[in-house]
Order: sequence, then structure tokens, then C-alpha cells
Amino acid sequence: MASQSVLELRQVSKAFATHRAVADVSLEIPPGAFFSLLGPSGCGKTTILRMIAGFETPTSGEIWLNGECINALPPYQRNVNTVFQGYALFPHLTVQGNVEFGLKHKKRSGDINRVNDVLKQVRLEGKSSRRPSELSGGERQRVALARAIVLQPDVLLLDEPLSALDPQLRKQVRGELRDLQRRLGVTFLFVTHDQEEALSMSDQIAVMNAGSLEQVGTPREIYAQPRSRFVADFLGAMNWIDGIGVRPEAVSITSQGRNASVTNVSYLGSFCRIEMKLETGEVIAALAPPGTSYTTGQAVCFTWNREDEIHL
Amino acid sequence: MKLRNAFLAPTAILMAVTMLAPLAIILVYSFLTRGAYGGVEPPSTIENYTRLWDPVYATIIIRSLWIAAVATALCLILGFPLALFIARSGARKNMYLGLVILPFWTSFLIRTYAWMFILRDTGIVNSILQSLGVIREPLPLLYNSGAVILGLVYGFLPFMVLPLYATLERLDPSLLEAAADLGARPWDTLMRVILPLCAPGIRAGAILTFVPCLGTYLTSDLLGGSKTVLIGNLVQNQFTASRDWPFGAALSLALMAIAIGLLFSVRRRGEELL
Repeated sequence: MASQSVLELRQVSKAFATHRAVADVSLEIPPGAFFSLLGPSGCGKTTILRMIAGFETPTSGEIWLNGECINALPPYQRNVNTVFQGYALFPHLTVQGNVEFGLKHKKRSGDINRVNDVLKQVRLEGKSSRRPSELSGGERQRVALARAIVLQPDVLLLDEPLSALDPQLRKQVRGELRDLQRRLGVTFLFVTHDQEEALSMSDQIAVMNAGSLEQVGTPREIYAQPRSRFVADFLGAMNWIDGIGVRPEAVSITSQGRNASVTNVSYLGSFCRIEMKLETGEVIAALAPPGTSYTTGQAVCFTWNREDEIHL
Repeated sequence: MKLRNAFLAPTAILMAVTMLAPLAIILVYSFLTRGAYGGVEPPSTIENYTRLWDPVYATIIIRSLWIAAVATALCLILGFPLALFIARSGARKNMYLGLVILPFWTSFLIRTYAWMFILRDTGIVNSILQSLGVIREPLPLLYNSGAVILGLVYGFLPFMVLPLYATLERLDPSLLEAAADLGARPWDTLMRVILPLCAPGIRAGAILTFVPCLGTYLTSDLLGGSKTVLIGNLVQNQFTASRDWPFGAALSLALMAIAIGLLFSVRRRGEELL
């Protein structure tokens, strides 16, 4: 097999005493990619990350890193690094001490310069002598990032790194993280349950459900051409009319088409979300410009373009 | 009177009568002259304190410090793996902690006597070794510093294990994963993450072990014999055979001063560390 992927999972499964967390997952992650594992909590995405890092052993299957099977390697011998969900910064060390921690086991030259470099990259150069307890949430996240990227891993594993941040900051950090990944060219494997995060940042997304892979593709592919009902519903909203999927933004309210009555209007600033009920009882959502003024109970018609239909 | 004070009053009175008052008496005694048959007499003097520098007594003080330090170090070396094991043993934690505390259910005196039966010339160890033909003459296991240290480590190990356990149990396991993730082997993780983060527990355990070891009287009396006299035995001797109460009082206060001094030096360094 050609080794154009930096990281490869071959039919990896993981069974715990009570349940099967990961079932027969095969994945190929190309070098330099921003690759997301997306799925609801408990879908097995964190278990996959932990198997790659070496904290869990696959029950079956193989994990290949740079053309080498790493199943038997302990975490400290794998050239992957993790940004933990709670960051797991060492509280007794300064920012500098945290970032230097891993370098002491590598004994490479020019390390101190690299620490300063990396601290600059994540905009922490003035805070190198602070303790983690003296930092804000965003700063801690950047220390966790710096501590990992300073080791120049083959793959950087990120376990819901934004979930501990407040929502305002989260959106800003998305862009920063994406920029950093592009600048460094390091392969990112990003675990998240937030579909917006995955869509906005990733080159490729693998959607998981109940331990299995549902679909792998670019954000556009998995949003526009979902291959399963789960993927269609999990990424964004989906209307189901006579077994056909139509996204709310593809539904337009017109003078002709299917008859329905408005049941709910939510004004959301940049657009309005209209909920309508068909005679059959099905509820359809549509997005309309913010200026539109529909009222509950109003009789309307709606339609959509055939090319926006999703057939499963 | 506030309710809080009402509840505190019995303890406060008890402490005043049984701690502060005797302490004050000892302080006064330490500056008086010995009576012919025990007790104290005027005039006041500081001679009881200057005698502490006499090589005979200084040697005993230094020996006491040394034995307490060795016993504390051994407790730490033995107690740390045990505490780590207990902290990592999940549902069995409470059972293991119970086993650590179990010896407290019998008297310390009886347990120390038991060591005499184990270690003496006709004791279990020597008789087994003799019957196996390993040795012909009994080994001198009892009545030396080694026996005292053994008795101290045995007696005070739980005081080291419990505070160590308390800090190890609170240690965030994701920090250990982070260390391994960053390339640290288990030994590096121990030295660079676990030990520094357990410093408060190590300090607490060291204080709880060292202070009673320094003032020990029973263990050295029963297991040390006449050769291993420690401060505690010296103090006891002044109030009994030697009938020199003022010097005994001065020795007691010196012991307290050493213990408090060490305690503060450890604590101050600790606060800078944290």
C-alpha cells in the first residue's frame, strides 16, 4: 500500500468490559491535513484518539504511523502529541517549564530557541514565567498547544480542545487554530462533537456514530451528500418530506407549491427560521430573510429545487 | 457567650490545664537548681542550658536527630510505593487503608514488646536461623540502633502513608498521561510530576514521622537497651534515677525547640515552593 497517509487505522476495534467502544474503524489521514473526528459523545472518537496516543490498546486492528505499526509502542515512544480536553498542564511548572517538559526527553540542539519560537507563535512570549493557575482559559489552551507542537509531532491529537472555552472565545480560537495548522503544516487530528467546528476548520471529516464510521469526506461532501440518515441529521438541520431530505435553507416560501400553515417564527438576526406544518402533520423548517413577516397560523406554500434533494 | 465559644470552652480549658500550665512549670523548673532528693530549689540559674553543650549530652541529641532522620527517610522510601499502590487500587482503597491503620487497634507498648520477642537471642528469628543451621550463635538483633530504627519505622509508617495517600489520591491522572504523551518514561514521570506534586504530602508525612521519632522514649527504652540512649530516655532519667528535675526540664524544652525549629524551616520552604 502506498504510504501517502501519515496515520492509518486498519480495522481497529476496542471493546471494554461492558461495551464495544470502537467497531472496525479504518481511516487514512493524509500528511498536513486538518482532519476531524466528529460525532456525538460516546461515539468512540475519544477512544480512537487515546488508542493513537497509546493510552488504550486496540482489541484488534493495527495503527500505522509513518509506515510503522505502533500498536506495541508505549505513549512515550510515539511521535504523536496530545492537546488534552482539560489541557492537563503541570501546575507546578511555569509556562516555560510546561513547554520545555517534553524537550528534556529528546535532547535536540537549539531547543531553547524553539521554545521561544513556539511561545511567540501562540502569543505567549510575555507569560513564560507564569504558572497555569495565573492564566486565562484561552492562554491555558495555547500553552497546551505550544507544549505539544514544540516536539514537532507527526500528528497532533486534539481532544475537544475548545470545549473548555466560553462560546465567544471559541469562535475566535477556531480561526487561530486553523491558521496555526496551516503555518506549521503539522497534521491535526481534531476530535469534536460540534459540527460547526468541524465544518469550519477541517480539510476532511470522519463522522462517527456508535463506534462505527458513518462517512469520510470534505465538509462540503458530507454536508451536501450525506450517505446516511445519521450524517444528514447530525450535520445541520434536515427536513424529511416523503423520504426525501431537504435542508431548511433550500426550502423557499412561495406563492405556489405544497400547502402548509406557519406554526412558529424565530427571528435570529441575520435570518428568520420558519416552521410549517403540512396537512399530513409533518413539520418543515425553512430559512427566510430577516425582513420577512410571517405570523403563526398563516397559510403558505413552499417549494424547493430538485438538485437540493438528498435521496438516501 | 456565643454558642461557638461555649462548645470551644471545654477544649480550651483542657488545653490550658494539661498543656500550658505544665509547660509553664517546666519552663520555671528549667531555670532553678536541683534539690538533693529531686524537686527544685532556688537560686535561679542558666546552668541547665549550658550543660546541653556538654559533649555527653550533645552526642545524645545528635544521635536522636540522626535516628529520627533515618527512620523518617525509611518511612518515606517504604511508604511512598505503598501509598501510590493504595491510591491506584480503586474500589479496594478503603480495605487497604484499613489494613494500614489496623495495628492501632492494639497498644503500641504491646506491639513493641512483640518486637522484643521476635528479635531477642532466643526469639523467633534467631531460633529459626539456628534450627536451620544458618548460624550457630544468635545474632545480636536486639538492643542496638538498628532495632530502634526498625521499631520506629514499624510504629510510624502509617503516619507517613496516610498524608502521602491523601495527595496521591487527588493527583489528576491526566497529568500522568500528559507526561507520557510528552515522552516521559515512568521513572521520569515519577521524578518530574508525581514527586513535585506530592511535596505537601511528603512534608506532612515527614513532620508527622520525624517529630514523634525524635522524642521517642518507649521504643528506644525497650529495643535500644543501655547503648542507644536518646533524648527521651535522657529526660526520663533526669526525673527518676538522676533526680535532676531542672536539667530534665531544660532538655524537654530543648527537644521542643528543635522540633518547632525544624517544623518552621520545612514549612517556610514549602510555602515558597507552592
